[in-house]
Amino acid sequence: MIVHVDPDRCCGAGQCVLAAPEVFDQRDEDGTVVLLDARPPAALVREVADAVAACPGGAIRLEEGAPR
Amino acid sequence: MATATTTHPAPRGTCPFAPPPAYQQAAQDAPVSKVALWDGTPCWLVTRHQDARDLLADPRFSADAARPGFPFLSAAARHIGAGKTSFIRMDDPEHGRLRRMLTGDFTIRKTAALRPAVQQVADELFERMTAGRTEADLVAEFALPLPSLVICLLLGVPYEDHAFFQRCSRTLLSRDSPIEEVAAAQQELTEYLDALTDHKRTHPDDGILSRLAARGELPTEEIGAMGRLLLIAGHETTANMTALSVLALLRHPDQLARLRADPGGTPAAVEELLRWLSIVQSGVTRVAIEDAEIGGVLIRAGEGVICQVNTANRDERRYPDGDALDLARDTRRHLAFGFGVHQCLGQPLARLELEIALDTLLRRLPGLRLAVPFEEIRFRHEMTVYGVETLPVAW
Repeated sequence: MIVHVDPDRCCGAGQCVLAAPEVFDQRDEDGTVVLLDARPPAALVREVADAVAACPGGAIRLEEGAPR
Repeated sequence: MATATTTHPAPRGTCPFAPPPAYQQAAQDAPVSKVALWDGTPCWLVTRHQDARDLLADPRFSADAARPGFPFLSAAARHIGAGKTSFIRMDDPEHGRLRRMLTGDFTIRKTAALRPAVQQVADELFERMTAGRTEADLVAEFALPLPSLVICLLLGVPYEDHAFFQRCSRTLLSRDSPIEEVAAAQQELTEYLDALTDHKRTHPDDGILSRLAARGELPTEEIGAMGRLLLIAGHETTANMTALSVLALLRHPDQLARLRADPGGTPAAVEELLRWLSIVQSGVTRVAIEDAEIGGVLIRAGEGVICQVNTANRDERRYPDGDALDLARDTRRHLAFGFGVHQCLGQPLARLELEIALDTLLRRLPGLRLAVPFEEIRFRHEMTVYGVETLPVAW
């Protein structure tokens, strides 16, 4: 699993941080998404999928890829 | 559009917590159907969870009230929509530009750091309400002043003026308000916040208004409009959620007992109460700017749409037995804060305030109960945001 984020589509609602705090953070200045781990471990698949579904701006995309 | 048979808003049924039966029926039979607004204008009503999510995330549906066909849910709303309403009634990229000037103030981290301050406000209100007494109106003495004090603190608005802006806020969000009262409230609040913003330019503090003024990018009237939006949103939502949540739990003793038995259970309880109560009873309005299909129904450019969040949040396809309040359920993807790029900016703060309010009240008042018969409680049917007028409680 490879995670991609698009800060231009991010509306800073923080849903990804609530769903998967190991993978996502927010910039202090404007709350937009910061990707902490683009190749999260397989144990976090559910959390990352939740973050994708919860993102109101559609700013997170997953790509198939071998887990770390 | 053909003639609509259902009206908006439709009356609630026998359960004051449940969405209007007509809308729940629509969710079963015709999930994207037509309703007639207050002035007879036809509008689409979207009642199912997936359809509401699809629509709110779709840029072909605009939040810009200046677009032709934008649906106004009352004469008061139409008047307000014609004025300056800031980014809640704009589309990207302008919406995003303005919203991002505030998102840094409502990040998960920034909000978590507010916990001690919010707890202190709650403790002070709690002490004042309970000292030497066994009864109080929970709305006036706790549920409303808590978020009011907190948003004033964040914005840098003097709380001593709260009677004034609480009155304005109420007038602006009631669909029964006469137009002249709406116009007066809007003008008074605009003048108040514009003057306060200008004052901050020469007397800066730590508040949001001051910081927006210091950026030097925005005219006073835009900062004032953002301040108005935050002030009203900060008042009406958490205050009503707090009082209505307490009432809902008192009416569901099994759920209340479950929450009291689980010291860490409040955040999950808050999510279920958000879903089950879905207090933005007016729904969320948009206008199609291109032809678009939602739930298999073609909505044409220029047609108005209302996402009925309260029925969507009880959709059986997403939430089995959705009419039941069940603090143990999976509440993910509820739409109580909306969806799409307009999703509630202040939701981390709302969650924090609700968590602290419920913990403070329920854990410190084990004997909390209604002080009047349930049938005497008056619900806010005429307001954009649902709630109760007063909540007399004893302990």
